[in-house]
Amino acid sequence: MHRFLSISSKSTSLKNRKQLHLPFVSLVSPATPEGQSCFHYFDQKPPSLGTRLGFGRVFSSGYFPNRVNLKEHERYENGFLRLKGFAGEIRSYSSEIDRESIEYDVVVVGAGPAGLSAAIRLKQLCQEKKADLSVCVVEKGAEVGAHVLSGNVFEPRALDELFPQWKDEEAPVNVPVSCDKFLFLTKNRAISLPSPFDNEGNYVISLSQLVRWMGVKAEELGVEIYPGFAASEILYDEDNKVVGIGTNDMGVTKDGSKKENFQRGRITLLAEGCRGSLSQKIMKEYKLREKVQAQHQTYALGIKEVWEIDENKHKPGTVLHTLGWPLDSKTYGGSFLYHMKDRQISIGLVVALNYHNPFLNPYEEFQKLKHHPSIKCLLEGGTVIQYGARTLNEGGFQSVPYPVFPGGAIIGCSAGFLNVPKIKGTHTAMKSGMLAAEATFDTLHEGSNMEAYWDALRNSWVWEELHRARNYRPAFEYGLLPGLALSALEHYVLKGKSPFTLKHGKPDHEATNVAKLHSPIEYPKPDGVLSFDMPTSLHRSNTNHNHDQLVHLRLRDPNIPETVNLPEYAGPESRYCPARVYEYVPDEKNQLKLQINAQNCLHCKACDIKDPKQNIEWTVPEGGGGPGYSVM
Amino acid sequence: MKIMVAVKRVVDYAVKIRVRPDKNGVETQNVKMSMNPFCEIALEEALKIKESGFAKEVVAVSMGPSNCVDTLRTGLAMGADRAIHVEASRDLVPLTVAKLLKKLVEVENPGLLILGKQAIDDDCNQTGQMIAGLLGWPQGTFASKVVLDKEKHTASVDREVDGGLETLCLDLPAVITTDLRLNQPRYATLPNIMKAKSKPIKKYTPEELNVEIKSDFEVVQVTEPPKRKAGVILSSVDELIDKLKNEAHVI
Repeated sequence: MHRFLSISSKSTSLKNRKQLHLPFVSLVSPATPEGQSCFHYFDQKPPSLGTRLGFGRVFSSGYFPNRVNLKEHERYENGFLRLKGFAGEIRSYSSEIDRESIEYDVVVVGAGPAGLSAAIRLKQLCQEKKADLSVCVVEKGAEVGAHVLSGNVFEPRALDELFPQWKDEEAPVNVPVSCDKFLFLTKNRAISLPSPFDNEGNYVISLSQLVRWMGVKAEELGVEIYPGFAASEILYDEDNKVVGIGTNDMGVTKDGSKKENFQRGRITLLAEGCRGSLSQKIMKEYKLREKVQAQHQTYALGIKEVWEIDENKHKPGTVLHTLGWPLDSKTYGGSFLYHMKDRQISIGLVVALNYHNPFLNPYEEFQKLKHHPSIKCLLEGGTVIQYGARTLNEGGFQSVPYPVFPGGAIIGCSAGFLNVPKIKGTHTAMKSGMLAAEATFDTLHEGSNMEAYWDALRNSWVWEELHRARNYRPAFEYGLLPGLALSALEHYVLKGKSPFTLKHGKPDHEATNVAKLHSPIEYPKPDGVLSFDMPTSLHRSNTNHNHDQLVHLRLRDPNIPETVNLPEYAGPESRYCPARVYEYVPDEKNQLKLQINAQNCLHCKACDIKDPKQNIEWTVPEGGGGPGYSVM
Repeated sequence: MKIMVAVKRVVDYAVKIRVRPDKNGVETQNVKMSMNPFCEIALEEALKIKESGFAKEVVAVSMGPSNCVDTLRTGLAMGADRAIHVEASRDLVPLTVAKLLKKLVEVENPGLLILGKQAIDDDCNQTGQMIAGLLGWPQGTFASKVVLDKEKHTASVDREVDGGLETLCLDLPAVITTDLRLNQPRYATLPNIMKAKSKPIKKYTPEELNVEIKSDFEVVQVTEPPKRKAGVILSSVDELIDKLKNEAHVI
């Protein structure tokens, strides 16, 4: 169904651009302790476009090309000049554009475990200390939980702190881990190894379901959650402090008629998950990695399906991990298979994105995995319910950036607190959200500042966990067997007290070898019973985007795919993307050209990470699109 | 004039449907629900009529369990002024919905009742026609264009029928059910969603309205359609004739 926005609310003509006309009642509680006015009127500054085309900080109420004198813009009474696309095109807009701005004390971007934990904790603190802060959470998914995907074996440590009564409140955390298996797979055999995990007290859950429950709890506490609204830009004031975010309303047609909303907050918390688009911009803007000499982040791509299997094969609480086949000894990764309830199981393959072979296709490797005798026997007779994919952080301790910026902080996987050897990041993400909430509350209520969040992190069990886990993943830079050996050393002998800290290898996108060093991999055809073709899998992810919008995957240089990616690397994006967004198709001159099927996008961010020349930039599409996960 | 729009909360059109293991219906637990697309079109038309000055108020109505309120809030965010929720726990069949609507029409006295032509979960296409029958009002179903005439107090409705388009002129008050090509529903913007929180939703129960909830039919079984069989490539026309005659028995 076609949708376009009709500008129905009354428009305000902005004669005087220095002051934003705010047509609403401010939602900031009048009892702000600091007595500050929460109306930030910002002065526009000409953005610096920088040397790269199209990159620059954009200001919310109109975008100005380089070097336009502020006074000159008054000539454009009826239009704004707007920076569109990354070729520096400038387009003017038709008359009065509504720039509706809504004020909150705290704006959280992302209704995932970290974002909701932060929002909930803030409201809990308000109740305890009899304060009142307005908290708003914007979420790009169509509903809370729609973009949440995770294994997931859940460690309830943070949930215990957030909701001590979560069991009574019927949190969907009810399948305790009953057995922990670890297999080393070869093509036809499975060798049982001692399980390196200690999952006592943990639960097998669907994170999407848990997040939905948290969303309900948050709303009960008074948090305002707005699913279907994607935060697409950061708002700055004249001191380069973050004062909020702008959401792109649904209904941007390809020709650009668009309306925007701004959520202004005294504190903005970014909880976008792994490789969050705004978080990336912020980390670059304020040089947050350099501030603490953090290494670059490293990532993995997880592809997952939820199956409903035969009753007699299903044992709730069973946790299985595998190493080895189908991945080779140079590629870090492994698979997981967790039994949830209601005959459902989660099965997936995680492939580290610093793999070398440009012909590797993680989706096809996953399909291959399902044919292994140990796995096949479980899946036969079952049906797939959902499919999805998402990248995850593997950088751990070495890659955590300084998570505080003027006006806010980064929480959860956007900063990167996943514990790689445990393969758990939910509990640390939640805890980081809670710590940020406490720092935020103190900042807004007691006048301290957000640096307290960084201090609290480093004094918490999150830091201690990440520190203890820091050498496992980097050890695999030396290969599978050395990695296993070093991990065993860490786990059994050094027990986290190692005197050294190993470093990560090259960034993921630099690790890809040129195609001529490898040969194409022949993948078996899907059989439609255990393995499936991409369109079938995509259909199961419920992904969709309104086709009538700008393509959200931007090429910084439109020529690089055909001049670099294809000849040198054989077009790796057509292989690592778990949604077949990127395809090289012959055009009318029979030349292969990159075709971007943006509608398929699962928002996994693999392309943003793995593109060899970092030419692909993932930007957020209209809110409400993307996958529709309900049991992932 | 007041316009009443009936909206229904259904499984979202983009969701992949599964049949429940007990075959009594479709899996609706943990599945995304939203307003029926045709109801969105109906609401959009009502809002357009209000914006052009022919109506003063748009009232959205929904019937069902408590989560119908979500759908009504969406309607309010799109621009409806008030909402009415008839709380009923069991599945309602179109005749019951029509009877409940009749009672609400008697209370509210709208000049126009707009509904979607059918709901995408049951595809009944009955409620609009039934309520028109119960009220004795003229009906313009499958509307692809609606033009109101203030002086003559009529509505001219273009209907999409099998043979093409049929234009009817209805005296108001009337019932109109909307088809896909009538308009494109607007998105609820964030500020409107927030304003909608303070708009009133009135609650009724079927007992208050004196309507008995009963169904004249019972769903026996729901099964998936048979899986498509693979095609067969034939080698000659003779083989085709042979298959058509002996396997498909059509010649």
